[in-house]
Amino acid sequence: MTFLGYKGYLNPRNQKLDSIHAGVSMAIREHNGLRSVKLSRMVYPQPDVLTPSRKDVLIMTPWLAPIIWEGTFNMDILNEQFRLQNATIGLTVFSVKAYMIFLKQFLKSAEMYFMVGHRVNYYVFTDKPEYVPHLNVRNGRQIIILKIQSYARWQDISMHRMEMLSTFSRQRFQREVDYLVCADVDMRLSDHVGVEVLSSLFGTLHVGYYGLNRADFPYERRPQSQAHIPEDEGDFYYIGALFGGSVSEVARLTEACHRAIMVDQANHIEAIWHDESHLNKYFLYHKPSKVLSPEYLWYQQQMNYVKDQNSTSPKVIKRKRFKVLRKNYRLRDW
Amino acid sequence: MARLLRTQTGKTKCCSLHTVAFLLIILVLVLFGWNVSPVLWGQWLRAPPKPLQLRQGALASPSGSPSPAFHGDGWRALPGPPSSTVTFSTSFPSTGFPSLRSVMQGIRKAGAELLYPQPKVLTPSRNDVLVLTPWLAPIVWEGTFNTDILNEQFRLRNTTIGLTVFAIRKYVVFLELFLQTAEKHFMVGHRVTYYVFTDRPAAVPRVPLGEGRRVVVLEVLGGPRWQDVSMQRMVVISRFCKQRFLREVDYLVCADVDMKFRDHVGVEILSPLFGTLHPSFYGAARKDFTYERRPRSQAHIPRDQGDFYYMGALFGGSVAEVHRLTSACHQAMAIDQANGIEAVWHDESHLNRYLLDHKPTKVLSPEYLWDQQLLGWPRVMKKLRFVAVPKNHQDIRAT
Repeated sequence: MTFLGYKGYLNPRNQKLDSIHAGVSMAIREHNGLRSVKLSRMVYPQPDVLTPSRKDVLIMTPWLAPIIWEGTFNMDILNEQFRLQNATIGLTVFSVKAYMIFLKQFLKSAEMYFMVGHRVNYYVFTDKPEYVPHLNVRNGRQIIILKIQSYARWQDISMHRMEMLSTFSRQRFQREVDYLVCADVDMRLSDHVGVEVLSSLFGTLHVGYYGLNRADFPYERRPQSQAHIPEDEGDFYYIGALFGGSVSEVARLTEACHRAIMVDQANHIEAIWHDESHLNKYFLYHKPSKVLSPEYLWYQQQMNYVKDQNSTSPKVIKRKRFKVLRKNYRLRDW
Repeated sequence: MARLLRTQTGKTKCCSLHTVAFLLIILVLVLFGWNVSPVLWGQWLRAPPKPLQLRQGALASPSGSPSPAFHGDGWRALPGPPSSTVTFSTSFPSTGFPSLRSVMQGIRKAGAELLYPQPKVLTPSRNDVLVLTPWLAPIVWEGTFNTDILNEQFRLRNTTIGLTVFAIRKYVVFLELFLQTAEKHFMVGHRVTYYVFTDRPAAVPRVPLGEGRRVVVLEVLGGPRWQDVSMQRMVVISRFCKQRFLREVDYLVCADVDMKFRDHVGVEILSPLFGTLHPSFYGAARKDFTYERRPRSQAHIPRDQGDFYYMGALFGGSVAEVHRLTSACHQAMAIDQANGIEAVWHDESHLNRYLLDHKPTKVLSPEYLWDQQLLGWPRVMKKLRFVAVPKNHQDIRAT
């Protein structure tokens, strides 16, 4: 007991390990800019108090954050609310080394489906600015290219995104946009993704795990890692490829994940799913104010590994909005 | 915690010094081992789940213990240590401030992480009611929220809640029951200030209060008719928002006084702006809502518009948003008065117009505003939290 106690309790390094994502859940600050705006008169069907909008899925978390599924929201009301506030949305994407080939399709599809009608800044982080395709974008939208260094291993590229996002959020995004949406580049939009996702802090349910027990989530299980989550904890398994929120909340999230990754690195451990593991740890203690359903990140390859679900297309998924592209995984090592 | 350890060690206290010293050493070792031995703790948690009845027993406790997280097959009895003394989600005792009792709240691990059943994505929390408005504001029903998580979020921000209530002339008679039941059920464990607006300050009863809670009595003149009293609340609240509330509280809850709390009303209601579904209209078509229908009034809403019919007896939000709402309603009522018209349901009509144009960020179900005498107890109401006190209308409204 004493030996175990010494290892666990008195060892100062272990104490430091616990400090970053300290125990209890932190409250997410309400987004300051959002006051109740005065809407114009609109005509739409009356909401029916005695009829659930969806009977097959959970549409609200236990901490009263909406889970965004088709059929739960009225786009006209939401668009009006956000237009009246002149909301500007930043969409960040990392296009490094060979992943450059995905950028054009990503941006073109975003022009068609992402926050249409609202002001958008595309922030393209790249190590090769000269290769960024020239694209005509709609009114009120612009592409901003941000040069960054690249790393030898794709895992490092993935994890350093947290550092880049944290730095740029504070230095730049704060002044230019109200919300940030942080996405992977090897995807394309094939259906509407709009202001219904916007809130102080949001994450996305991983399509491969939303039907499973928490003990089966691929959280980092080694206590030595900052991203460690024990088997009796955890709300959902969030996917690293799509998250966001207000600039200040994204800055906090990315800073915390970046620091946690650095601590792990100093302790010679790398979380099993890299930045995604750290993201999940963060969301456990800083509950998101909205959660996006797997409609928002459809990943066909993943479905082959999902047990007890219709492998091509579960009935609960009415729309597939962001689709991960089939790729040769060796692409990462180029 | 002490009882837990007692069960674990299975020993009873003894008088001999050696035994006491030995016990202390055991305790210290166990504490250290606890910290790094999730396996040890895990053994407790993988004990067979407690039978459902135990949970329901806990729920029936008079202090209004908080809701279970889910209904239906999404629900799983939370496994716990074999001892029957530790209960999941005890409500905060009204006389204790949470910091002293934080170890007793919920089931907590050594690192103070909260334990609770996993939310199940493929199981709706309620299959009989709408829990989210079309603009993605939660509609707060029993079974949709976990009180422990919410309490933690709000305690971390040291949230202070102001509860405003108007007791003019004979209505002072309702104050005692209102305050007594609020002490048992309203925001227990959080900092609360009751703002009692009255023209008879001497008649305000002294009610024993829990820690972190106080009553502030504010003298006002009562309008001549009950309709005037009802409407003047808007201007008074608006004025005091700037003068006082902004500096003293984070959220305001504005309630009618002829009511009592009979079950938990907590931080689940708090958000920038909230209204409450009127218990007589939650199932009605919008054309049958008793909105003001005359176009001449500022409160006018045509028959093809309207989300819900909100009741004037309970609304609130952040101080800033309540200030905006009450100012707007006051101005609208002043314009109506100048035009020689009075809305059919007075301040409530104007409230409805305001909440149509400025969508609330949370909507409270009729659990939060009920009249059992009038409406009974339908199946869809799992809890009756804030209910009307029976009164003789003619008698109480007469000066």
